[in-house]
Amino acid sequence: MLHIENLRAEVDGKEILKGLSLDVPAGEVHAIMGPNGAGKSTLSYVLTGRSGYDVTGGTATLDGEDLLALDPSERAAKGVFLSFQYPLEIPGVPALTFIRTSMNAQRKARGEAEITAPAFLKLAREHAAALKIDFEMLKRALNVGFSGGEKKRMEIFQMAMLAPRFLILDETDSGLDIDALKIVSEGVNAMRSPDRGMLVITHYQRLLDYIKPDKVHVLAGGRIAATGGPDLALELEREGYDKYARAA
Amino acid sequence: MAAVKQTIEHVESLEKYQHGFVTDIAQDFAPKGLNADIVRFISAKKDEPEWMLAWRLDAFERWLAMDEPEWAKVHFPRIDYQDSYYYAAPSQKKGPASLDEVDPEILAVYEKLGIPLKEQAVLAGVEGAPRYAVDAVFDSVSVVTTFKKELAQVGVIFCSMSEAIREHPELVKKYLGSVVPVSDNYYACLNAAVFSDGSFVYVPPGVRCPMELSTYFRINAENSGQFERTLIIADKGSYVSYLEGCTAPMRDENQLHAAVVELVVMDDAEIKYSTVQNWYPGDPVTGKGGIYNFVTKRADCRGDRSKVSWTQVETGSAITWKYPSCILRGEGSVGEFYSIAITNGRQQADTGTKMIHLGANTRSRVISKGISAGKSSNTYRGLVSAHPKAKGARNFTQCDSLLIGKTCAAHTVPYIEARNGSCVFEHEATTTKLSEDQLFYAMQRGLSQEEAVQLLVNGFVKDVLQELPMEFAVEAQKLVAISLEGSVG
Ligand SMILES: Nc1ncnc2c1ncn2[C@@H]1O[C@H](COP(=O)(O)OP(=O)(O)OP(=O)(O)O)[C@@H](O)[C@H]1O
Ligand SMILES: [Mg+2]
Repeated sequence: MLHIENLRAEVDGKEILKGLSLDVPAGEVHAIMGPNGAGKSTLSYVLTGRSGYDVTGGTATLDGEDLLALDPSERAAKGVFLSFQYPLEIPGVPALTFIRTSMNAQRKARGEAEITAPAFLKLAREHAAALKIDFEMLKRALNVGFSGGEKKRMEIFQMAMLAPRFLILDETDSGLDIDALKIVSEGVNAMRSPDRGMLVITHYQRLLDYIKPDKVHVLAGGRIAATGGPDLALELEREGYDKYARAA
Repeated sequence: MAAVKQTIEHVESLEKYQHGFVTDIAQDFAPKGLNADIVRFISAKKDEPEWMLAWRLDAFERWLAMDEPEWAKVHFPRIDYQDSYYYAAPSQKKGPASLDEVDPEILAVYEKLGIPLKEQAVLAGVEGAPRYAVDAVFDSVSVVTTFKKELAQVGVIFCSMSEAIREHPELVKKYLGSVVPVSDNYYACLNAAVFSDGSFVYVPPGVRCPMELSTYFRINAENSGQFERTLIIADKGSYVSYLEGCTAPMRDENQLHAAVVELVVMDDAEIKYSTVQNWYPGDPVTGKGGIYNFVTKRADCRGDRSKVSWTQVETGSAITWKYPSCILRGEGSVGEFYSIAITNGRQQADTGTKMIHLGANTRSRVISKGISAGKSSNTYRGLVSAHPKAKGARNFTQCDSLLIGKTCAAHTVPYIEARNGSCVFEHEATTTKLSEDQLFYAMQRGLSQEEAVQLLVNGFVKDVLQELPMEFAVEAQKLVAISLEGSVG
């Protein structure tokens, strides 16, 4: 599925990723942990093609296809989805309009027919109910005036609607209350499937109690500094990143 | 190489302005230039009565003594008023009585512009044929007005100004120039002398006009100015919704569209006036050509509880100079102004509104959305004033500017005069840049850059778009998208 090899990237001339390699096979969930400023969000932006994040070396492919050569919207149409650490507000555009426009743009890019209005609304009602989102909220301008937790929940709602193949969750747990964390995790778990891959960026072991990772990686010094099973997260919780920071 | 690039850019610009075609038809012109004889020529061409000619000549005398205004934030070379034709009309004996008599070439123009002139199609219930009446003004004359009979059945008069002068002189004499006085300003005064055609609407007391009325202005002839004159009267307790649309071919020289629109609103009456202005904006790279759109639009809310709502979507023209205004004379009268002004390429717009509160408890509301892209300049200029008698007057103004790219400019120039202590004026203004972060967010969800810009801009202008009559909102939304094509990246 996702294959990253020796990836180097810089922001404003400053090298952040310094030869990062990572493999996430289909069907697996991998967690990425690491100190603030290590480059976790940078990795998510590089994978999704944000301008200003310049790749200076290495490769990233999804099912063998070169991701780095594609526009952000083309990557989205290939099924790469990023749940943002800081979701953006879109004034004047109702959440439902935003999602439907996105969905149809992706479908068009894949040569599929647009979704009909009734089918879209049915799908939206189902996923809103599952994520305990008040349907009225979906008629408001996307994320405008939403609380931090509501914004995160809306990211997962978008993800559920768009049904991507490869999911990147950047600190989806931060800002969520205990109940919301549970609901959101259930939403994410519901998307686990043999042909989907997930990269879950988090600072807290707690999220990984709900979304059980197959592997845990430590991102430090611009590289994957260590890889282990779920136990690694417990160890990090106890001991912090000290030894990785020093090693880098 | 440079020439190749220029050609490519030129062709691209051709594609962008979709109404830039020229129609080759036989036309009658007045001799080039402007003098009292030209004024007489225009009046004679239109079979006008003596009083109308006298009115025009008086206006022309006054115009000669006036100076062109220079306070607006727009820049253009001095206009040579002698280097233009003041009358151009498709050759025809008299105005056509029915659609069958209209030159098929002209009908084809309107078909190409997507404007329904075929009453039969509408009446026969042809699917998708929108049901609204149209007055089609081609250069200096109205070529046809649809649904006149049906409207006459409820007493609504909808015809060209030329016809109204001949058929309804008592109404025209009473109201023409009563809202915008002859010498109100330089361009209005010029208009009074040489006005060509426009629409006339009278809605009798208590009548709710049964359909949308609209006028489509088309400038076709070269080197000619268009001097639209429109007058709408809503008598007591009546209601009418009216829309004007404008397009012109792409030409290298600038053409003048100096219009005057007067609205008269009696007790408990309401006029909803919408404009979708898409004159040729000039070449986006060189700035060559384009329409100078110098317009005076004013509503006189004479009656108590009368209401006027101006909605405008201004995407075209090289220069826009226009301040649709409301004189809120009647007690409890209401004025509204909703505006989307988009400038791209080398366009300049200086537009806004004046809300003059004269009566007690009058209310006004202003929502302006300015979008600037390319190397354009976009100014909102607004006046809200309350006179001593306007006790309890209220105004709310919201003025938002959106900047796309780094080479455009936006300005907000609000004037506020409260001459009594009991009025409440609120003013909010914001200026934002189209954010890279928002664009990326939308693109990550699958939208192309162009689609992302469109979506964000539509969100920005939504409050105004929803004020447009439904049939036109979709068209306006498309126009907004086309106007901003290629503005990012
Ligand atoms: N525009 C920029 N200019 C300069 N440095 C930048 C810019 N954007 C990000 N950086 C730097 O890149 C580094 C990596 O940032 P990134 O957001 O990827 O960290 P992170 O691992 O996601 O941290 P956190 O856990 O706090 O979310 C940081 O040192 C940050 O300051
Ligand atoms: Mg981060």
